[in-house]
Amino acid sequence: MDKLIRLRFYKDRIFKSGIILMTVLSTAPLLLILFYIVKQGISSINWDFFINLPKPVGEKGGGIINGLIGTGILVLVASLIAIPFGAIVGLYLSEYSRDKLSYWVGLSVDVLQGIPSIVLGIIIYLWVVKPTGHFSALSGSIALAIMMLPPIIKSTEETLKLIPGTIKEASLALGVPYYKTILRIILPMGFSGILSGSILSISRVAGETAPLLFTAFGNPFINTNILKPMSSLPMLIFNYAGSAYEDWHKLAWGASFVLIMMILFLNIVTKILERKWKIQF
Amino acid sequence: MMNLKELLINQFKGKNKIKANMENESQKNVFLFEKIFQKGLGLTGILLIVVLLSIFITLLISSTPSIKHLGIKFLYGRAWNPVTDEYGALPFLIGTLLTSLLALIISTPFALSTAIFLGEYYPSGIVSNIFKNIIELLASIPSVVYGFWGIVILVPIIRNLELKMHVLPYGVGILTSSIILAIMIIPYSVSLSRQVISMVPPTLKEGAYSLGATRFEVIIKIIIPHTRSGLFAAILLALGRALGETMAVTMLIGNSHNLPTSIFSPGNTMASVIANEFTEATGNVYLSVLIEMGLLLFVVTTLINISGRQIIKRYILH
Repeated sequence: MDKLIRLRFYKDRIFKSGIILMTVLSTAPLLLILFYIVKQGISSINWDFFINLPKPVGEKGGGIINGLIGTGILVLVASLIAIPFGAIVGLYLSEYSRDKLSYWVGLSVDVLQGIPSIVLGIIIYLWVVKPTGHFSALSGSIALAIMMLPPIIKSTEETLKLIPGTIKEASLALGVPYYKTILRIILPMGFSGILSGSILSISRVAGETAPLLFTAFGNPFINTNILKPMSSLPMLIFNYAGSAYEDWHKLAWGASFVLIMMILFLNIVTKILERKWKIQF
Repeated sequence: MMNLKELLINQFKGKNKIKANMENESQKNVFLFEKIFQKGLGLTGILLIVVLLSIFITLLISSTPSIKHLGIKFLYGRAWNPVTDEYGALPFLIGTLLTSLLALIISTPFALSTAIFLGEYYPSGIVSNIFKNIIELLASIPSVVYGFWGIVILVPIIRNLELKMHVLPYGVGILTSSIILAIMIIPYSVSLSRQVISMVPPTLKEGAYSLGATRFEVIIKIIIPHTRSGLFAAILLALGRALGETMAVTMLIGNSHNLPTSIFSPGNTMASVIANEFTEATGNVYLSVLIEMGLLLFVVTTLINISGRQIIKRYILH
C-alpha cells in the first residue's frame, strides 16, 4: 500500500518535470532566433546602413533605406484604410450584438482571419494590379489592410464589451440617446483598446511578405510614389536571404535585426497600453 | 439590472410602446438618428461580408479556365508542364499535407505541455508571464525571418543528419520546413488550449483532489478528458495556419515538382508553388491553375476555421 502511494507521487513529480522541460524547450527557438539575429545583425548596423541603398555583389557596405521607407509607407497607407473601418465594424459588433446581421459579420471576421496571406496576394493582384496594369505600393497596402482588419475588429469589440453596463445605463438614464452614448461615452472609454489593437495589427503586418509578392513587388531604388512598385524590409530579406553571397546575407541579417526590433518595440507599446487601460476600470 | 438595461436600450431603439405616445419633433429626430446610426454601422458590417464573398467569387471565376481545361484531373495528375499546358497538383497536395501534418506531430506535444504548464501549474505570476510573453513573441516573428534563420542554421544541421543517415543530403526539404512550421504554429495552439484548460471548473478538480488524486491524475483523468474537444479545436486551428503558411516553407522546402518520396526529399506546397510561379505565369491556363490552387487553399482553411470555432463555441457554452 505504502509502495503504491509512493509510486503515484513519483509519477506526479516526473510528469511535472516533464511538462516544465517541454515548456522550456518550446521557448528555446525564440531565444535561439533572437540570439542569432542580434549576434549577426548588430555588426552590420551603423549609420550608413540606414541611409544607403543596397550595393551590388562584391562592394562592401550598402544599406536598406529603400526597404525602410517602403515598409513605412506601405504600413501607413494600410493603417489609414484599416483602422477606421475596423474600429467601426468592431463598434457595431459590440453594441448591436443582438442583431442577426452581427452573427454573420462576426463569422466573416473569423473566416477573414484564417485566409492564407498568399491568397490575399492573389486576390489583390486580380482586383487592383491586373486592371491597372502594373504593380503598385497601393495594391500592397490594400492587401495588408485586409490582413489588419480582423485583429482591429476583435480588439475593439472585446474592449468595448468590457465597459461596465452601469456607465451606459447612467448615460441613458439622463436621457442621452443611445447613439450619442456610443459616440460620447463608449468610444472615448474604449479608445486605448482600439489603439492597442491597431498597433498590434501593425506589428503583425509589418513583417508580411507573401501578400506583397504580387502587389508591391519590390524596388531596388527609393520610391515614395504609392502608384509605383515599392520595396519593403521583408521583401528585402526574402530576396537577399536566398542568395549565396556573404555580403547579401549580412545585409539580410541587418534588415532582420531592424525589423525584429521594430516589431518588439510595437509589441511592448501594446503591452504598456493594455496595462494602463486595465487600471482604469 | 440586466432587464432595466434591455428596457432602456429597446426604448431608444424605438421598439417599445413609448414610440406611440411620442410628443414632439425633437424626439422623433432622435429616433431617426438612432436608426440611421445603427443602419450606418450595419452597412460597414455588410461591406465586410461583401468583401469576403467577392474574394470567393473572384477566385472561383478566375479559376474557371483551369477547371474547364483540367477538370478533376487537376487533383490526381502528377505532370507539371507549362509548355504543354499539363498541370497536376498531386505532388503539391501531398507536399502540403505532409509538411502540415508533420509539423502538427512535432509541435503538439510541446504545445500541450506548455498549455498545461500555463493553464494548470502556473496560471499566474512572474514565471507564467515570462513564458506567456515568450510564446506570444514567437507569433510575431515574421515568417521570412523564420525562413532565413532556417536556411542559415537549420539546413546545415539537417544536412549533417542526412549524411549520417546515408540519404541524399539536400538539407532543404519536407522535414526542414516541417520543423520551422512546428515552431511557427506553437503559439496558436498554446493560446487556445491554455484558455480551455484554465476554464475547467475548479469544483471538478477539487472533487478529484478530495478523493486523494495526485495532480498528475487530475490532469490525465479530469482535465484532459474534460477539455478534449477544446484541445482538438486548438490543434485544428493550428493546422489551418500551417496549411496556408507561405514564406518560410517556400524558402526551405527545396521547390521540386516531383512527388516527395520520403520526409527528407525536397518538395513543394500549394502556397510555395503560388509564391514561386505566380509572377512568371504566362498564359491564361497557367495563371488560372495557380489561382485554382489558391481557391483550394481558401476553401480548406475556411472549412477548418469555421469548424474549429464551432467546436470552441460549443465547448464554452456547455
